[in-house]
Amino acid sequence: MRSVLFVLTACAVIGLAFWAYRENFRTQQALSTTEQLQRDIGASRARLAVLRAEWAYLTRPSRLRDLADLNFDSLGLMPMAPEQFGRIDQVAFPLEEEGLLPITDVIEVSNMGEQP
Amino acid sequence: MIRTPLRPLARVLEARAKGENPDAIERENLRLRHEEMRDRARLRAEGRLLVLGVLFICAFTMVGARMALLAATEPTEPRASAAGSDILALRADIVDRHGRVLATNLETFSLYAQPPQMIDPEHAATELARIFPDLDRERLVRDFTGSRKFLWIKRRLSPEQKQAVHDIGDPGLLFGPRDMRLYPNGTLAAHVLGGASFGREGVHAAEVIGVAGVERQFDEQLRDPARASEPLELSLDLTVQAATEEVLLGGMRMLNAKGAAAVLMDVHTGEVISIASLPDFDPNDRPAPPTQGRPDDSPLFNRVVQGVYELGSTFKIFTVAQALELGMVNPETIVNTQSPMTWGRHRISDFRNYGPELSVSKVIEKSSNVGTARLAIDIGAERQREFLGQLGLLEVTGFEMVESRGGRPLLPPRWSELSTMTISYGHGMSATPLHLAAAYATIVNGGTRVSPTLLKQTGPQYGPRVISEKTSAQLRRMLRLTVSQGTASFGEVKGYAVGGKTGSADKPRIDGRGYEKEKVLATFAATFPAHDPKYVLIVTLDEAVETSGSEPRRTAGWTAVPVAAEVIRRVAPLLGLRPEVEPAELTGITLTSN
Repeated sequence: MRSVLFVLTACAVIGLAFWAYRENFRTQQALSTTEQLQRDIGASRARLAVLRAEWAYLTRPSRLRDLADLNFDSLGLMPMAPEQFGRIDQVAFPLEEEGLLPITDVIEVSNMGEQP
Repeated sequence: MIRTPLRPLARVLEARAKGENPDAIERENLRLRHEEMRDRARLRAEGRLLVLGVLFICAFTMVGARMALLAATEPTEPRASAAGSDILALRADIVDRHGRVLATNLETFSLYAQPPQMIDPEHAATELARIFPDLDRERLVRDFTGSRKFLWIKRRLSPEQKQAVHDIGDPGLLFGPRDMRLYPNGTLAAHVLGGASFGREGVHAAEVIGVAGVERQFDEQLRDPARASEPLELSLDLTVQAATEEVLLGGMRMLNAKGAAAVLMDVHTGEVISIASLPDFDPNDRPAPPTQGRPDDSPLFNRVVQGVYELGSTFKIFTVAQALELGMVNPETIVNTQSPMTWGRHRISDFRNYGPELSVSKVIEKSSNVGTARLAIDIGAERQREFLGQLGLLEVTGFEMVESRGGRPLLPPRWSELSTMTISYGHGMSATPLHLAAAYATIVNGGTRVSPTLLKQTGPQYGPRVISEKTSAQLRRMLRLTVSQGTASFGEVKGYAVGGKTGSADKPRIDGRGYEKEKVLATFAATFPAHDPKYVLIVTLDEAVETSGSEPRRTAGWTAVPVAAEVIRRVAPLLGLRPEVEPAELTGITLTSN
């Protein structure tokens, strides 16, 4: 009876040790994945900050003003004036068949494509 | 366990035989048994105490060892937590009231050299001088081949420059990461933002510190790592600011002015929507402070916040406001405006002679110095001073820029009767255009004190009451009449019912003796819409002159007013104000039937 108990205990210790060993490695794996993710998040945030700064730089009022002046022939944009205020009933309902124009020249700004 | 009997028969019989008391034997045995029990209990208790003691010692040793370990190890980032985002942002962004970026950070690199590691210093120096034309080749060679172990070459590199330096391929040229402050809008709102520079520098990082404007004022908050992810929200509106600066620059060029300033303020919340001072500078490349010449000629000088000027006739409305508030006059009261008026050795005269008498309303409309001076004499120096104090014109504004502390109003050393008269029409004391904006906002918003602020507010300020609602309404009507038929007739903007008061002050001479003849500071203080004011706009032009007529015109009605009208025309739609038909004055209704 006693020897059976010893054998069982030994088996339990071996089993637990194997389980702990595996858990340890899985934890290490999870940690390194997390670190990689953190690095990716950090890199994405840095990219986002740069994109945001670039967006702010490209949409700065002086540049938009120059662009509006440059493309006046095609766009005809003028500074906003008091006469442009209208009433809601002056706006016509949209025509049914007129859809939105298709989107062309798409620029890829996300880094999702870099992911494996 | 073998128990010793308390009354062993053999001993009892023996004792009985000897005639002794057998109870003594029982007591003796009982005593022995109790002693034995006591000794056993004590031993067990002592053992337990020992075990407990050992356990406590172990526990405290563990705690102590852990503490020592924590104190001695290098701090590391937790590997599994979701932090890491806050560490990236070194300094919080600054945004306008709609969240558009005014200042942000950009990662760049700095370039430094370690000459001992260099392989070909001559070649490196030649190449560097080619990439950066401002570097001197001879000097670089001297530095690289001398005894120096370390030197900075460039504080900030663009990615292209970095690649070019990288292509030199010298192991002694090294890069350190740098967070750079970027103002994407260039010169826009330059004075407000101020600028930033590097504080303490290391190879791997450098402090970014604010040097002026809000960057300096809120330096601690912006640098606080705990608040790095929440941007500083200003009350400015980027679009309105851009339109104001554009119009102001155009006006300044057209009228040959030396400088110009404008401030647009919400009359209820005190939020400054746009604040412009020209000439300006690029905060990305802030010029060095001037070492010679007058400080106000430098582009760094903020005319709205730092510039204290005699603001001229714009002050007249305060005198009239006080006279109305004290019940001394009503808008129709007739005032003696016989010009010139003599007071002791001094003469006060009007720009033009407006006849012997005018109503109070007409005094504002025509801008009569004599009329306001007479009102001021009746008010008295003490009461005038107190009233201007209530409007906030005697101390620095609490505006959230470091420069605002320099904008302290200049007051006469002795507030004499003559000072009272000159101050009533805006001479003899100086204040900043921002003071004027706040005082006008107080006058037109229904009479409660407003202090200017640069931070986005959630609701109106309800400051202490300065003048009554009724007085405020009367003053608004006078300001409106000044534009519709008085000195500021060029200020009319269809649909926005502009009201305002002009001020043309001769500039004091630099040597302090009297006033310049041909140099005028033209100011227009406007509010719109006059029947229900929402905004106050102050436009100031320094030495502007209008030359389309036969002789040069320098009064504000010809210079500052048209510029201000153009600003309102451009800015009011951007602020979402719909042009509307002004409610007409009710004509006197007479009851004709019973």
